[in-house]
Amino acid sequence: MTRFARLTRPIAIRFRPRPINHVPSPVLAQSIPWLSIMFASLLPNMPVIASAPVLPPFGLLMMLAWRQVRPGVLPVWAGLPLGFFDDLFSGQPFGSAILLWSLAMIGLDAIEARFPWRSYWLDWLVSAGLICGCQLLGLAFANAAGGSATIAVVIPQLVTAILLFPLSGRLVSALDRLRLMPIVELD
Amino acid sequence: MAPSPKRRPGYSRRAQYTTFFGYFAGVLGALLGGALLIVAITSPSSFSGLRNLGRDVTSPLGGAAARSRSGSYNLFETIGGYFAAGEQNASLRRQLAATRVRLIESQAMADENRRLKALLGLAASDPKPVTFARLTSSTASSSRRFATLSVGSSSGVEVGMPVRSPLGLIGRVLEVGRASSRVLLVTDGESLVPVRRATDSIPGFAQGRADGTLQIRLISLGINPLKRGDAFVTSGTGGLFRPGTPIAIVETVTRDGAIARLLSDPAASEFVAVDPIWTPQPADLPKVAASRGPARP
Repeated sequence: MTRFARLTRPIAIRFRPRPINHVPSPVLAQSIPWLSIMFASLLPNMPVIASAPVLPPFGLLMMLAWRQVRPGVLPVWAGLPLGFFDDLFSGQPFGSAILLWSLAMIGLDAIEARFPWRSYWLDWLVSAGLICGCQLLGLAFANAAGGSATIAVVIPQLVTAILLFPLSGRLVSALDRLRLMPIVELD
Repeated sequence: MAPSPKRRPGYSRRAQYTTFFGYFAGVLGALLGGALLIVAITSPSSFSGLRNLGRDVTSPLGGAAARSRSGSYNLFETIGGYFAAGEQNASLRRQLAATRVRLIESQAMADENRRLKALLGLAASDPKPVTFARLTSSTASSSRRFATLSVGSSSGVEVGMPVRSPLGLIGRVLEVGRASSRVLLVTDGESLVPVRRATDSIPGFAQGRADGTLQIRLISLGINPLKRGDAFVTSGTGGLFRPGTPIAIVETVTRDGAIARLLSDPAASEFVAVDPIWTPQPADLPKVAASRGPARP
């Protein structure tokens, strides 16, 4: 009997009765997108003291992924506060992320209006274009503010960022399930 | 499901206004970002207060990351040594790197001694470091090379102080918060360090290339005397950096200088020392006035 139980357990979990008097916590539902993007902005700074820009811009990846996976969770103006936070820690001249992320959000909105029926490949392509645009313009801004790096320096980072984008979409959908977990009991 | 092609969300005035103000705020955000960017580019030190505040708040998080990083770094190094030729290989390599740096240091010291003896009476003793600290984080996704130091003004750190590891120069302090400070690494494109060849004092500048290497430009133009493997130390010209700190080894010789590899990989240095700002002796003053421009303190 226990052997069968092990086999049927995933199915049992899948179809277990959901608590019908429970709703998602509004605090979690509202805060998880913002907090996860802010945490992702901090993340590249932590694991290594890098001598070259080796890690992709996780904050930008997460913001694009939230916008693509869950349109409507982030407002059009989300680039302003999230970019502000990113600028505090990214090392770019202040205002760079505010400008580029705001433009990316407006651009995504325009693209969504132009191509309403989106697909996996189109989402990836659009995000790849936005990532390239943001990073290359970011490089130009950083150079204007005193740096002197060539485009070759950011190429490895661009490739990793583009390849990692579908994965960040997966991560966002997992966070989305966490966000909408029915944990608050209704009276 | 595809979203509705109509931007106007029905007859509700309230919904219409919400949509409109969303776009309005988005465009406003972009314009504000552009304005802030122009201010930041024209005066790079603006907004340093905001950055200091943010860094002070997140510094403990980076400290935890730094501790786990040094642990995992050792672990990976050991595993790597095992796969290559056993753990011994890794430790021998560490010893070799340390010995090579000691050798360069002693060469530089011998040279320094000779010149000091020539000057006689201007004895420069090694100053004690202001403090020791960890590098807690770095801007790994930007093309600018900044790192965060886990100490700030409360430990006596001031803007312009050189930061070095036992293996060589790492950078200099750029902004100081209460409990953290921002370091401009020598690999950043804005960092210019006056250097000289360790063996015969050929002077030059080392500028960062933002990819872990340095571009060495010689002051005296003409035949390029550099060879692969030449070591460079700071020259102390213009003050700020104490002379004789090892910095880089020549990897490729170019037409007007060389591309050099950094001696002290900031990723491998767990603790770094913050040195006091070095001021040249009065006898050196004419030299200072001549080369103040490129040092950019």
